[in-house]
Formats: sequence, C-alpha cells, structure tokens
Amino acid sequence: MRRLRLPSLGALYYALLAIFMYLPIVMLVVFAFNDSPLMVFPLKGFTLKWFGELGKATEMLQAARNSLVLGLITSVVATVLGTMAAIATMRYQFRLKGAFLAVTSMPLVIPYVVLGVALLLLFSTLGVELSLFTVGVGHVIISMPYVTLIVGARLAGFPSSIEEAAQDLGANYWLTLRRVVVPISMPAILSAFLTSFTTSFDEFAVSFFLTGTETTLPVYVYSQLRFPSRLPIVVTLSAIVMVCSVALLLLAERLRRSGEPGVRKGGE
Amino acid sequence: MSGFAVELVHLSKTFAAGQTGSGDVAAVRGIDLGIRAGEFFTLLGPSGCGKTTTLRLIAGFETPTDGEVLIEGKPMAHVPPHRRPVNMVFQNYALFPHLTVAQNVGFGPSVRHMPREERERRVQEALALVRLPDIGRRKPSQLSGGQQQRVALARALINEPAVLLLDEPLGALDLKLRKQMQTELKHLQQAVGITFVYVTHDQEEALTMSDRIAVMNEGLVLQVGTPVEIYEQPTSRFVADFIGETNFVQGRVAGREGELVSLVIEGDRLQARLPGDALALEQTVTVALRPEKLNVEPIARANGTGLRGTVREVVYLGTDTRFIVRLATGEDVVARVQNIGAQGLGEFRVGDQVNLVCAPDDVRVLTS
Amino acid sequence: MNTRVRLWVLISAPALMLLVFFVLPMLNMGSFSLRQGSFGAARHIWTFEHYREFAENTSFQRLLVRSTWWALLTAVLTVLLAYPLAYYLAFRAGPRRVTLLMLLLVPAWTSFLLRILAWKLLLGSEGLFSAALQALGLMDEPRPVLLYTPAAVIVTLIYSWLPFVAMPIFAALDRMDRSLLEAAADLGCAPWKAFLRVTLPLSMPGVAAGFLFVFIPTLGEWVTPALVGGVDGVMYGNIIQDQFARALNWPLGSLMSVVMLVVMLVLLGGAAWVARLLHIDLGVE
Repeated sequence: MRRLRLPSLGALYYALLAIFMYLPIVMLVVFAFNDSPLMVFPLKGFTLKWFGELGKATEMLQAARNSLVLGLITSVVATVLGTMAAIATMRYQFRLKGAFLAVTSMPLVIPYVVLGVALLLLFSTLGVELSLFTVGVGHVIISMPYVTLIVGARLAGFPSSIEEAAQDLGANYWLTLRRVVVPISMPAILSAFLTSFTTSFDEFAVSFFLTGTETTLPVYVYSQLRFPSRLPIVVTLSAIVMVCSVALLLLAERLRRSGEPGVRKGGE
Repeated sequence: MSGFAVELVHLSKTFAAGQTGSGDVAAVRGIDLGIRAGEFFTLLGPSGCGKTTTLRLIAGFETPTDGEVLIEGKPMAHVPPHRRPVNMVFQNYALFPHLTVAQNVGFGPSVRHMPREERERRVQEALALVRLPDIGRRKPSQLSGGQQQRVALARALINEPAVLLLDEPLGALDLKLRKQMQTELKHLQQAVGITFVYVTHDQEEALTMSDRIAVMNEGLVLQVGTPVEIYEQPTSRFVADFIGETNFVQGRVAGREGELVSLVIEGDRLQARLPGDALALEQTVTVALRPEKLNVEPIARANGTGLRGTVREVVYLGTDTRFIVRLATGEDVVARVQNIGAQGLGEFRVGDQVNLVCAPDDVRVLTS
Repeated sequence: MNTRVRLWVLISAPALMLLVFFVLPMLNMGSFSLRQGSFGAARHIWTFEHYREFAENTSFQRLLVRSTWWALLTAVLTVLLAYPLAYYLAFRAGPRRVTLLMLLLVPAWTSFLLRILAWKLLLGSEGLFSAALQALGLMDEPRPVLLYTPAAVIVTLIYSWLPFVAMPIFAALDRMDRSLLEAAADLGCAPWKAFLRVTLPLSMPGVAAGFLFVFIPTLGEWVTPALVGGVDGVMYGNIIQDQFARALNWPLGSLMSVVMLVVMLVLLGGAAWVARLLHIDLGVE
C-alpha cells in the first residue's frame, strides 16, 4: 500500500517563496486583461482592449523603440570592450594590472545613483547635451564589468595552451583570437550580450539623470506612474516585454551553461 | 648544415619576480645542446628542473633572457611561434574543444591555406598514421585520453615539422596505456623520421624510448648520452641517484695498479676499473653502487675485497630478492640479487653477517 | 607583432572608456562638491560651504545612518530568507534543482519599475491585501497595508533581490563536495555541527556575494522609496536625487554622493578586515 507522503518542510518553504515571487507578477498580468482603467480590486471583467489601444500609444512605442535600439548598440559596445578587457586581464601580465582590474570591476560596487549623478556632472562640465547617447554611455559603463566577468570566467575555464597550440600550428595572434579564442568563448560572449541588452532595456536609476528630450521606455513608464488611467496600457506593454525578456534570458542562461566545460547535470 | 636539427647556445631564461610572485627565478641557466636530425632526444629531470621551459623556448612561447635557439641552423630570435618549423604536443593535449577531430587535425593546413581537397586527404592520412581512421567527426570531449593523445600527435605531425616537441605527452594516461603508447611513439618516430624532442620526468620512459638523453636539474644539463651511458656511467651523484636506484658510500683512494684503483671504505676495500689517472692518492671520493651489481656472499668467503655488514631486511620480489645490509659505518646499502631456483631467499636471513662484492667494472667513482 | 603591441590594442579602448566615463566623472564629482553653485559663475567659485552645510545639517546625517541601517537590515533579511531556499535546492531538491531555481528567477527578470508598481498596487487601499483583510473581517474600510512605511520599502527591496541572493549561495553549496559531510559524520560530527563547521563556512563566499549584491545598491536606492516609501520611507538616495532633479544644488548633491561612497567603502573595508581577522573565507578581496 502506498503511503501518502507529506511535502517536506523545504518544499513547503520553496512553494511559499514561489508564491511571494509570482503573486505581484501574476497580478500585473491579470490587470492587463481587466476591463477597467483603474488597477484596483475587485476585477471588472475580461478584455483585450488594452492590447488594441497599444497601437495608439505612439509616445510609448517610440520610447520602446528607443530602448530597443539603445539596448542593441550599448550591448554591442559593452560586449566588445568587456571582452577585450577580459582577454587582456586573463591572458597578459602587465604593470598596473591590479589598478586596471580594480577600475574594471569598480562600477559593480558603485550605487547607480552616484554613477548617474557623476555622469550628469561630467556631461554638464564638458558641455555635452543630454540625449540617448549620454544614456548609452551610462549603460555601457554599467554592463562592461558584467561582460568582463562572464567572458573572463570562460577564458579562465580553458588553458592558454590551447592558444599556444593554435600559434604552434601556424596561426598568428589575431587569427588565433578569431578562430580559437572567440569561438570557444562564444557562449559566454552571447550570454554577456544578452545580459547587457536586458540590463540596458530595463535600466532606470541611471537613465533618469542622463535622459534628454528623447526618453527610454523605463523613463517614460516612470513619468506615467503618476497617471493611474494610463497604467493599464503601460502594464500591457510591459507584460509583452516581460514575456520576451524572460525568453531572452532563459536563452542566455542556456548558452552560458552549454559553454561550461563539464557542466554538472543534475541527479548524480 | 651542421647536422643539428636544434642547437641551443648558452640558452638562459629568468622569470622576473612579477610573473612568479616570488623573487626572480632562473629556470634555465646557460644550456648548450645539439640535437641531431632524426633522433629521439629526451630532456629528463625532476619537476622544476627547466625542461619544459627549454621546450617552450624552442617552440618560441618564451623569449630567452640570454643565448639563442637555432633550428636547422637558422637563428630563431625574431621568429614568432607560428613561423617556426616545429610543432608541439602539449601536456594536456590542448585540443580545440569547439572543433571536430578532423578540424583539429586540419587546423595547421587550414591556416596555411592548403586547398580543401588536399587538406582532407592529408587529415585522413594523419589520422590513419595514428591508427584513428574513423573518428574525424567527433568532438575531442567524446574521446578517451589515449585517443586525444593520438589526435594531438596527428595534429602536429600533419604539418611535417622539422622537429616535434612533446611535453610529457603520456603523463595523463594510465600505466598500461602509457607502456603501449611508449612503444607506439618510438615506432612512429622511426617511421616518419622526424626529430623528436621529448620532455619527461619518468626515467624509465626516457630509457626505453630515447636515442639520447639530457639529464637536467636546476636549470642545467648535467649529462648527455645514450640511455646505456646515462645508466651505466653517470658522471654525477644527481644523475646516478635520479636514474635508477644507487647506493652511495664515501671512500678514499688507497692505491693504483694499472687500471685498477683500490678504494678504502671504513676498513673495507673495493676495486674500481678506472683508466687514466684523474684520481690522486688519498683523495676522498663518492662511490656509487647499483643494487643489481652487488652480490651477497657469506662472510666466510670474504677475501679482502667487499663491504661487510649485517642483513637488516630481506624482501622477496619475485624475480629477485632485495637485501638491506647495514655497514659498519651505520649506512644501509641495498643489494638486489636475482632469484635462480629457490636460492637467494633461503641462503641469508636477517642478522646474518655478509660480504657485498662488486666487479671492478661496475664500481663508479664520482669526484664531484 | 610583439606582446606589448597586442596588449595595447586590446586594452586601450576599454581603458579609455573607463577612464573618460568612469574615473573622470568620479573625480569631477569630487571637485564639484567644492563649488559654490550648479551653474554660471557660481560654478567656478571654490568653497567649503557645502561641507559646512552637510556637517551642520543633522537630518542629512540621520538619513545616512538610517539608510545604512536599512540597507544592512535588507541585506541580512534577504540572506536569511535565501539561505534555507538555496540549502533546500542544493541538498534536497534532487535533479530538478537548477530548474526550480530558474523558476524563481523568472519574475525577477521582469521590469524593475513594474515590479515596484505591483507592490504599490498590492499594498494600496484598493489592493489585494486590503481586499483580503476586509473579506476576512479584519479591516472595516479600504486602507493601505504597510504602503508608505519603511516596511513597504524593505519588503519591496527584499522581493527585488531575493532570487539574486539565492543564486550565489546555491552555487557555493552545490559545488560542495558531498563526501565532506560524510567525512564529518564519520568523524563523529552531529548533523547540525557539521552544518556549522563544514557547510556554513564553505558557503560563506556565496553568502558574502549575496550580501554585497543587496547592500551596495540598497544603500544608494532611490526609486523604490520614491514609489512605495512615502514621507517616512525616504532614503539617503532620495535626497541626492532631489539635489539634481528638483533643488538643483549640484555641489551639495556631489558632496552627499562622495560621503556615501566613503561610508560604503569604509564599511566594506571594515567587513573584509574583520572577516580576515576571524579567518572567514569570503572569496572576495
């Protein structure tokens, strides 16, 4: 006879935290289908009209487009620069390497408000007008350390003798980078790119200080939070973005794991 | 042409303090070596003796602090690794994990822009040479250690280098596979006729495979010679100790009759055959005795030569028996006696007084 | 091409980027704290005026102390909540453990602002909690639950960080050699003792990473308190933001930022020093 097994304390705890994590998200998604301009309980009924009205919200769509383009450009720049820094620090010995390493990882331990303020002051001092460019600079500075970390971990994962082997077989340094180092690091590079992109796309605390007349999606969303009647449509777009970014990040995580040598598959 | 595939002229390499974390480290300290074309040459020594650094200097991965490397008579000072006519088999194989076996082997020809068809044909040949004809499409991670080893060999040999450099290539394999690969490597070298420069810390591997061996320690080459020369006529205590097992006792030169030198060791007497007269009378010397060259005799048969002592330990090893004999000086000397029939084991017991004798040809006198 | 040239090619672009847009702005910000005003001629007058202002204004200092305390509290609470979760996943959840962790990460990858908005709605007078409490008869009229209190700020922040803190702790526990626990048991160590003396020390690098991951951004946080904190929930980050967004007193804002950085670095340095003194391996420098 099979005995009924009670869930363990741990499983119960996990379930509680899962509810804690999902409750707010699920609630937002519910509001995206709620037939009321006010996001309050009790719910008024099911509707798809917010999806229909999305097309009319030109200002928001423009902000979304800005965020998309900005995200793509800044993550390309951050990925290229961060990868170069990773190769330099993982494969070379040089004076001031300690200082360079400190500076590359420093943005990780600086609160975003300080970063945003400091860049705002710099652009003001230099007489650079705030625009999507200045926001982009902030995003590159935020993303670069993550790229260097992710790609650096991959580089540390394979011995430099692999690069020596390529040179030994007749490839010069740049060919070695192109045919050996970059392909082997590709999963990490892609993962770093996707991480940079989603960071940039969702970044607000720094962007707030650096935005000019053209806004990014988070900056636009923030400006709308004061107007409850516009919230349902904001939430609707965000629900769509949410689904897309979750898909992207799951892909990034898969890539990162597939690139790890000797990934531990669960169960053993 | 000098006939040398590789020449090392006063080659030195010092790693600056910053790179090692401690003080400056002199890894290689002025090596002069000539490696002949077509020979299987081994650099043998304990870890940290500079053998791998020497190999990497030949390959071009390290820049000498002094001296130079010549390959086929040409100085290599300004030739980067990718232009040197040498290829390397790395210790961990260093196969490209993102490429298939065939792409790994074809890497060299591909960066040299060899036409596709010829390249594919050569890859097939190279894989056949290392007896792995059917695994071209697999990834290195799907191969066993022995297979990866062969792929690394094929990847290097396909480029027909003037010299093949091997850095402890069998170190990661288990004992049985290692033995098998030793034979195979030796046959392969004879078949392709390429100069092999082989780095190992395993003296047995060096003795079985090499045409000549250079024994290294602390960045210096101590002795160069054939395996027989290295084993039978070590010129230094380090070489005698590192290659095989050796007993060392202190002695004094007591006299000479022709080629025979009399040595006194704490009241005991041994004779060594030493042509020339490099030794002065009364000079203190180190005497090196191989355990298998010593014979154990009953003390009653002692006739004035031999080392007298007491049996401390008798260990039966199948083909032979190992005796540990304590001399009057308090030093222990090891003797290995072949077991012929049931003799050996039965004859002497712990506590017996015995006399250890050695033929004058087998007594090595080291002055350094 | 020699090594030096290659290194230069690789390093110059990222180094230049960081110098111009990270190091320079920080130095510039430091110098801004010594200016009299934000714009025009006042920008070029050097003064210690704002230092005096900051030193005399006890409300700034109180806010800084309070924010540091909240950041500490948030970090500790998040680690305390995340540790059992990571432990359960690493040791008890079996082959699905990575999937289960990813499942908790999914909500955290959705828009930062919207997640805060969600909490604002949940805790509001017409929110789910209020409605639930009314339905249970525990509340007689629509009132906000926690909203516009410090608790709301801390709950929302914990919500934002929790999965990211569970991740490094899980990683540290998951790569732990299971035979170590067997060895501890074999040596006569009771399970709870084995946890304290083997598992916990080995997971400290993950705990430290998770703690820093919360502490640093929380100390400078201004968005969450601005949305759910109300008057009582204001943090130090808000008054910095205020100097730039409304008060336009850039020199004072710069000084506040510098002070926060100094406080943070001193605290982190102190923590690292104490850890070294106690021989706790945090896996960070």
